[in-house]
Amino acid sequence: MKKNVPRHLERTVSGEEARTTMRGKTRRSFLVGGIAAAGAFGAYEWITRAAPDNEVPWPQRRVLDFNGRLSEAYLSNKRLMTTYPPERAGGVKPNGNYGIEHPLDLDNWKLQVAIPGRAAMSLSMADLKQLPKTEMTTGFCCIEGWSGIAHWGGAQFSAFTKNLFGPGQAVPPYVYMATPDGEYYVGLDIKSALHPQTLLAYEQNGKPLEERRGAPLRLAIPVKYGIKNIKRIGLIQYTDKRPADYWADEGYDWFAGL
Amino acid sequence: MLIYWAFPTYGVGPFHFFPQWFYAALGIPYRLSEGMALHFFFMWLFVINGVLYIGYTVFSGEWRYLVPQSLSTFRDAWSVVLHDLRLKKDLPPQEKYNAAQQIAYTAIVVMGAGSIVTGLAIYKPAQLSWLATLLGGYETARMFHFTLTVLYLIFFALHVGQVIVAGWNNFRSMVTGWEVVNEEERTPAS
Repeated sequence: MKKNVPRHLERTVSGEEARTTMRGKTRRSFLVGGIAAAGAFGAYEWITRAAPDNEVPWPQRRVLDFNGRLSEAYLSNKRLMTTYPPERAGGVKPNGNYGIEHPLDLDNWKLQVAIPGRAAMSLSMADLKQLPKTEMTTGFCCIEGWSGIAHWGGAQFSAFTKNLFGPGQAVPPYVYMATPDGEYYVGLDIKSALHPQTLLAYEQNGKPLEERRGAPLRLAIPVKYGIKNIKRIGLIQYTDKRPADYWADEGYDWFAGL
Repeated sequence: MLIYWAFPTYGVGPFHFFPQWFYAALGIPYRLSEGMALHFFFMWLFVINGVLYIGYTVFSGEWRYLVPQSLSTFRDAWSVVLHDLRLKKDLPPQEKYNAAQQIAYTAIVVMGAGSIVTGLAIYKPAQLSWLATLLGGYETARMFHFTLTVLYLIFFALHVGQVIVAGWNNFRSMVTGWEVVNEEERTPAS
């Protein structure tokens, strides 16, 4: 093959010398390459076969949690999920009915609230509606890959929290929410929970929530994947320890932030 | 692939990348979380590797052999393609890499950068919503990101195929950095 190679990279040698030199070089390079390939294969085996931590081999779980901490540090109340005019809403399908399979007596529904060191509280829908109502039309992303636009109405979780904690009172770093039967549950970092686009939603598309969409109250949290937008909330618990999360227990990222 | 399965309509327009039987044959269904954990682990290696590779080619001056230097490269690349398809006899003169290689190896770096940018846009569409908007929105960025990955598969298959076709001396030169050239063969050229 004709190649114009720079002179200093060239060596003209006799056929015998070329053969010997190349034999040595080949042996050395293939040995090094072979060791590198074996090392990479070993590393891959370790990464994919290490003891699982919530269904994920622990080296990968560590990296997921590291990514989560990085994302949490970067998260800002000023950076919002894309918003749209209300008429653009659509494309969000009810996907999964964990924790809402059985009918619920909506009239007797109460929201349980738990705060460390305080007696349990229960709130009614009327209590929630005393908070200012916020409406938003935001992008919605499912961890499966599909996406849509949803129009929500409800109370900002930040306003809800402000009502529960006085000015000087520290808010715990995590929030846990669960369906009344405890079948579905999500864990949230407080920063994402207090993001201005996080709503305790009781309306979708200007109408009270449908049952399959999470009536009477659900979480609308566009800075998280759909899996964190829990339907039919029965319990809200502020907590100092990172709470369990349904899909994180199934091997997904705990943070799941957007 | 584990990720593609979860949303079967990934594709460009009405064209879907992979049919259901393909996923079923490879044992892919219901392994999205496994795929995502691997993805968000290896994304770091992808970025670090990319930065080191670009850094090396820039500081060593190797980039001069890789980046097409003039428009004629595209014409030459076409000749190389015709040659490799056995439609043309002679090859245009070249340096370390031929014109088609230059275009392919430069394109793959641009594609890698594209994967990182579109990946960030769909990884954090809220916190980096400006990036998603810049790329034409979440859905468009997602399409680019998933298409690029399919292009890597094609690149990989072609690349390995070409190495096999090119033979032992070439493969040895890839690994050792040295290629044996017979003097009698090359004298007329120089």
